Amino acid sequence: MAKPAVLSSDVPATDPVRAARWQDYFQLMKPRVMSLVVFTGLTGLVAARTPIHPLLGAVAVLCIAVGAGASGALNMWYDADIDAKMRRTRGRPVPAGLVEGSEAATLGVVLSLLSVMMLGMAINWLAAGLLAFTIVFYAVVYTMWLKRWTAQNIVIGGLAGALPPAIGWAAATGSAPLNAWLMVLIIFLWTPPHFWALSLYISTDYAKAGVPMLPVVKGAKATRQQILIYSLVFIPVCLAPAFTGLGGPLYLAVSGLGGLVFLILAWRVFRSDAGDAADPRAADRALYEVAAPAAEPAVEGKRPPPVGGAKDARNLFAFSILYLFALFAALLAEAMIGVKALELIS
Amino acid sequence: MTDPKKTVSVQPDKADALRARNGRNIALAVGLAAFVVLVFVVTLVRLGANVGHRF
Repeated sequence: MAKPAVLSSDVPATDPVRAARWQDYFQLMKPRVMSLVVFTGLTGLVAARTPIHPLLGAVAVLCIAVGAGASGALNMWYDADIDAKMRRTRGRPVPAGLVEGSEAATLGVVLSLLSVMMLGMAINWLAAGLLAFTIVFYAVVYTMWLKRWTAQNIVIGGLAGALPPAIGWAAATGSAPLNAWLMVLIIFLWTPPHFWALSLYISTDYAKAGVPMLPVVKGAKATRQQILIYSLVFIPVCLAPAFTGLGGPLYLAVSGLGGLVFLILAWRVFRSDAGDAADPRAADRALYEVAAPAAEPAVEGKRPPPVGGAKDARNLFAFSILYLFALFAALLAEAMIGVKALELIS
Repeated sequence: MTDPKKTVSVQPDKADALRARNGRNIALAVGLAAFVVLVFVVTLVRLGANVGHRF
């Protein structure tokens, strides 16, 4: 597939570009995404409950983080034209003109090779193979193909973000049994409602960039319906580890209570008008900030249209992050403390 | 010929550019040194474990 060129007109007109700092290169690695990957990868490594030398465990997590960062850099190189058109991403180093696209690509390739080779030689080649698959899947299958082609982009592409627990597990044990893939499945099913909730209130940005996100292609109503359907499948899967010898009583409580809240929020989004009318103020807000229409001052004497549905979508988006964090924190805590896992089906 | 005024207006401040380059060089050096140390320590750990298995 031919890579669309980044046009100079895509780059926002700013003051003369300052020299790139090392922090700009670090930003290419999407540190916020890396932190989630580190957390889930570490949880997979610890939840395996197999002793591993602490240094080798740390090296495994480091390699997972660097691999994720490498695929982030490759994504920033390839998607610079899209990033330049969206408010959320136009400040990234490549579209902002701080770092050349070729530098981002080089950084991505070099770090990919280093992280996979290091993980293979220091830990084992199953973990390294899974990491290599993750990087290729994210950078090539998702970024270069799915993202610009289908509204199911984040459903299939979500696999790349879901794999770190299996890599961590494989690093600790040299194998990837069913429970490791159950953790992968949790993140895989979490991704669609999470991203679609976000896309409901920034769909105008995606439309402008030509990214076929579900609200852009199928409309807001179909997206709200899909969010509910995926949530109904997602929550029972979140409960499953308490039945397969992976999670303990703490995990069961967190997944059950949190799952209930998740379903209520998904139902509210389904019943709302989220995404029906673009919120003209959404782009200027932080992603997690919830609008309070009644308290907003009128802009140029005209009050913007009600955005109650956007509030529901924001609530689900924010809670989905908290819920995933709580699930993996519960698994991590139980494995570290040594709480016996439940095995309700034996 | 390039208008010198125009060139100056789009170039980053020289002192700032030098500081940024120094920062990048230091970060690269630290990264490379950390990688070398990491490979050395991992080798010791792996070698130690394998030697331990022989006895």
